[in-house]
Amino acid sequence: MTADTTKNKAEIQTEILAAVMHDRVAQVYGPGTGIEGLVRLSGGASRETWSFDALLPDGERKPLILKRDPLDEQTDTQLIEGEVQLGVDRWTEGRLMQLAGEVGVPVPEVPFFLDADERTSAGFVMQRLEGEALGRRILREDAYAKARPKLAFQCGEAAARFHNIPTDRLPALPRLPVAEALDYNRNVVDSFHQPHAGFEYAFHWLRERLELAGDRVGLVHGDYRNGNLLVDGDGLAGVLDWELGHLGNPLNDLGWICIRAWRYGYYDKPVGGFGEVDDLLDGYEAGGGGRVSREALHFWEVFGCMRWGVICMTLAFTHISGKERSVEKVSIGRRAVEGEYDLLQLVD
Amino acid sequence: MVEAVQNPDLTADQQLADVLRDRLASEYGDGTEIEGLVRLSGGASRETWSFDALKPDGGRQPLILKRDPMDRQVDKTFEGVPEGRLAVDRLTEGRLIQLAGAAGTPAPTVPFFLSADEHTTPGFFTHRLEGEALGRRILREDAYANARPKLAFQIGHAAACFHGLDLDTLPEMRGLPAAEELLHYRTIMDSFQQPHAGFEYGFRWLRERLEAAGNRYTLNHGDFRNGNILVDENGLAGVLDWESAHLGNPSADLGWMCVRSWRYGYHDKVVGGFGDVTELLDGYEAGGGGRISPDEIHFWQVFGTLRWGILCMILGFTHLDGEQRSVEYAAIGRRAAETEHDLMLLLD
Amino acid sequence: MPTDRPNAAELVEAVREFLSDHIAPNVEGQLAFHTRVAINALAIVERTIAQGGAMDAAELDRLKDLLDRDGNLEDLNEELSRAIRAGEMDDRKEALLAHLRQTSEDKIALANPRYLTKRG
Repeated sequence: MTADTTKNKAEIQTEILAAVMHDRVAQVYGPGTGIEGLVRLSGGASRETWSFDALLPDGERKPLILKRDPLDEQTDTQLIEGEVQLGVDRWTEGRLMQLAGEVGVPVPEVPFFLDADERTSAGFVMQRLEGEALGRRILREDAYAKARPKLAFQCGEAAARFHNIPTDRLPALPRLPVAEALDYNRNVVDSFHQPHAGFEYAFHWLRERLELAGDRVGLVHGDYRNGNLLVDGDGLAGVLDWELGHLGNPLNDLGWICIRAWRYGYYDKPVGGFGEVDDLLDGYEAGGGGRVSREALHFWEVFGCMRWGVICMTLAFTHISGKERSVEKVSIGRRAVEGEYDLLQLVD
Repeated sequence: MVEAVQNPDLTADQQLADVLRDRLASEYGDGTEIEGLVRLSGGASRETWSFDALKPDGGRQPLILKRDPMDRQVDKTFEGVPEGRLAVDRLTEGRLIQLAGAAGTPAPTVPFFLSADEHTTPGFFTHRLEGEALGRRILREDAYANARPKLAFQIGHAAACFHGLDLDTLPEMRGLPAAEELLHYRTIMDSFQQPHAGFEYGFRWLRERLEAAGNRYTLNHGDFRNGNILVDENGLAGVLDWESAHLGNPSADLGWMCVRSWRYGYHDKVVGGFGDVTELLDGYEAGGGGRISPDEIHFWQVFGTLRWGILCMILGFTHLDGEQRSVEYAAIGRRAAETEHDLMLLLD
Repeated sequence: MPTDRPNAAELVEAVREFLSDHIAPNVEGQLAFHTRVAINALAIVERTIAQGGAMDAAELDRLKDLLDRDGNLEDLNEELSRAIRAGEMDDRKEALLAHLRQTSEDKIALANPRYLTKRG
């Protein structure tokens, strides 16, 4: 395909979406509502995100984001095989954000959804908030100097709130108990036919300490980390990217936010490169999540390192197997050792 | 001496166009215009430009200018010998083309020269001939199917013509008898301090058979190979690129023509990928060069193969020494192994 | 491996320089990002060529000690993984962890040496 026809295709897709959104905002905000500045944001190939403003008849302007499934049918190579089972649909993702917002978690409002039809794939629309989501910038830029010391506490508090949502209020979600998650990751590693003594040690270590995981079951965000947080000058402004939401042990989220991969070099700040574990746990307690023991958190940190390493390997084997050749994916494969190294520092 | 400098207010094309208009006015008359000035791809060590002169009388003369590079660079030297390639200046090169042409060698006409001043480096002009100079195309394209069987004979004939030039009529040039040339390359190779047993064997083999080199001493083209000849559908149309010319044993040119690297995969055709040694030697005899013995041509084929290997190493080390970092040079460096292999097939 | 120069490491270095000096400055967006990724990948290859042999030898020595048997890297790593899974290494935990930590540190030194040192 030549560059020109690609461009035309993108233009046509934008025009069609503009028409769809125009109809939809008129339904939601009343006749005479228009849209402006529809533009596709960069980002994953597995989801489309679009930015636009709704212009209400009374002159009010609503800055919005649309997140929808990709139009071109594709397999979820971005997420890992098997973990794809964790990926929820757009309706569920939007619904989880609404529920989280209702219990006091900072999240963008989700005013309406988009059903799949002959013109569009399914999606949801959320409020476009001001703030920074890039982990590295949150840690480096002066604009967030005052926000950073508050973030660990705020992240703990926010997590406690969505972890406590009664499960009977949640939409249907995949369920992944810790023992199954462990088996799943081991099976993934086994499928590569590449012995990894370090990960083997982690599986063994985690398996022997399963009771440390705890037995709570609740809504797990599934990718709760610096990189999926929207931060403004005052601190946490929004928890984003709920597509890996599932039912499991909520402490999983707390271990995940502490692994070194999201510290972007600020290794002395265990929580996302911006905070201390005590602040995270204090916030969690203040949010009503109870006091989490350091032992339990430690278990989930080791689990998180292992999981990150396995994700890296999975991406590399996406390339090695020829499913999707990519210098980026094959390079991420070598980052598996970062997870391996970190967990070996954590275990005894 | 006046040194040519690039005027920063003009592009290289503009400055050269001014130079050319001046120069051509004095040859073809005031009002001579130039058209289609374009720099041809090719070595960084020389500039080659193609253009048409539009004479005041309406005539059109397609021309080529070859001049020294405007960004002055120093030729790589070994023990005082430039580039190991005995490069001559542009005046000498143009003069040699004129002399070769007069002696019956197909060569482009050199109508006039370009003197160095503050606007240009020295160079010479040739009439632009129709034909193909790319070795691979000469061997592959149907257009030259009738030409190919004639080429080896024609090339032998052409060589005999310029080898027969009276030494007294030649411009001043460096001369290297076989023994000295051998020593020259030996010195270069030693300077790399990298043992090469195959080349070592080649040097020893050649030194022991120096008497086979013959004792004639004439003009040598110095880079007489498929790639430096212009071919049209009738066969040899011109011998190009005389900048490596020097005085030496004439069979060096014939042996060089037989090195495998210029066969572009057509390895069964020893002469440039298009012909047989017998045809080459028949042509040489027909052109008045006498009958070269198989031993002598074999000696110079071995010599040429070794020389090409050393030249590959020179380029490799031009990169390695940091003189000019280039992925191309680095890659060519490893082609020395090809010549080492060829050498082993040639030697007993 | 032949001793001809440019050797493998020098060739990879030349390609890496080509990418960083001639390609990276002239591309944007995804292509620029992937160029940086490619440059990093080649740097891993260069470090592996330079240090990998010694690391392999040391790892093999450690594995032989730990498992008290002979073999090559692949076989012994497979055996070690199996033994950990079966719980057979539990009585040698300190030696095992020391080996695993050293091995992972070596791997990081090749894959991303800044990971071991970077602060801020």
